[in-house]
Amino acid sequence: MEDNRLIIRIGPALVFIGVVALWECAARFSGWSSAVFPGPGVAAKGMWELILDGTLLKHSVASLFRVTVGFYLAAILAIPLGILLGWWKMGQTLFNSLIQFLRPISPLAWIPLALLWFGIGDKPAVFLIFLSCFFPLLVSTITAVNRINSLYFQVAANFNFSTYETASKVIFPAMLPTVLPALRISLGIAWLVVVAAEMIAVKSGLGYLILDSRNALRMDYVMDAMVAIGLIGICLDRVIVQLNRIKSVSWGSV
Amino acid sequence: MGHVLIKDLVKKFVERRASRRLLNSNPDLDRGNSLLVLDRVNLEFENGELVCILGPSGCGKSTLARIVAGFETLSSGSVQIDGKEVNGPSSDNIFVFQHNGLLPWLTVWENVGLGLRHIKDAGEKAERAQEYIDVVNLTGFEHHYPHQLSGGMQRRAELARALVVNPEVLFMDEPFAGLDFLTRLKMREEVINMHEFLQKTVLFITHDIEEALVMGDRVVVFSDRPATVKLNIRLDYPHPRDFHRDPDLEGLRRTVYTELGVHYAL
Repeated sequence: MEDNRLIIRIGPALVFIGVVALWECAARFSGWSSAVFPGPGVAAKGMWELILDGTLLKHSVASLFRVTVGFYLAAILAIPLGILLGWWKMGQTLFNSLIQFLRPISPLAWIPLALLWFGIGDKPAVFLIFLSCFFPLLVSTITAVNRINSLYFQVAANFNFSTYETASKVIFPAMLPTVLPALRISLGIAWLVVVAAEMIAVKSGLGYLILDSRNALRMDYVMDAMVAIGLIGICLDRVIVQLNRIKSVSWGSV
Repeated sequence: MGHVLIKDLVKKFVERRASRRLLNSNPDLDRGNSLLVLDRVNLEFENGELVCILGPSGCGKSTLARIVAGFETLSSGSVQIDGKEVNGPSSDNIFVFQHNGLLPWLTVWENVGLGLRHIKDAGEKAERAQEYIDVVNLTGFEHHYPHQLSGGMQRRAELARALVVNPEVLFMDEPFAGLDFLTRLKMREEVINMHEFLQKTVLFITHDIEEALVMGDRVVVFSDRPATVKLNIRLDYPHPRDFHRDPDLEGLRRTVYTELGVHYAL
């Protein structure tokens, strides 16, 4: 028992250390110079430089800002729209084909149009992130509302719920166990898309850092940006997972 | 109050997807592709009666209750509660559902509070909710979520939620389905006690003949679909009832079994 708990606690860190060791070995015995394939030592040194001169912080904040704005915009629009379409069956019939048509178009396919419409700066990146989150959220909200047990609507009618009360006291809490995982997945997608979005049209963000470092042939900085992306990704995921622990949501997992 | 009058009630379900093959094989479906479920049902329940409705499964017992409670429309005839025509669900008639109807994202306390939303004064509200939680013996479980309760406790919480609004009529559609044998017997006792204490009209749907005869002030037996009333008997036996000591009750039990088509397995 005690041993097991120890493994659970420090095991993941050991796996990380193992992978770093493999990386070191690969870098050393690959025969490539450290400019082409930097090992963890070189990358750590580069990371330290990036932290010291504030570059890493600046780019991380820029990326997080775009993801936050795009993600919130998508959630604010997609969730109410999903509730509406989930409830209003006729609307669902009318709009479903359109949604299913737009959904598989990669947000990256919108890059040329985004650049043309929104110019240079944060706007096209935010727009691409918005697109990448909007459709998954919309579709899963509609599904969540459709799947609500009709019994709960009968209870609502029995206790004379108004339309607003039905939405806030039945539909909203009933769909949360399905919508929260969708939020988690779309935040992950947003974090994937921001890197691609920042390789065009902007001069900041972790995506730009990768592109800029490549142009300067600093592969250690490229790797540092990748490490930062991974670390921030873990943190974002943790934040969303915490939401599942709220008591009035945990019934969904029983 | 809680006087229920059902006059010439007919309910047909329109079968939109009925195929010709189904039409040929099922004599219940007439040419208009509709299924006759309730055929001219006439019933009258006194104020405060605990009415047990028996019938073979699928005969339309639940449909009858859902129509009286306003969840379903009728095809013809009329249903009146206290002289007023029923037209839609209302918190005057609370339905206790066959499967768990508690809202799973609310605690017992919040579920019971659903029927008290109109009360502004928080103190009065809390007092009412606590009173009924105590009536169903859930004191101490106010802040538990439904999934943290046993099946019997969930039914009792739902009962408290129904009673707290002081409804004219209480509908219970096989409320003990899925409970184990002992819990079921205990819940019978609790509903009988609750009924003697509060004197509400209760429509209790069950397919358990003993349950109906042990609990009911009146027993209504339906035929197979289309459902018509086969038996409608007032039971004036005191509680607790015992089939062995009361030959009349035992005789009635045999009659009901025979009416429902069971002859030997008594």
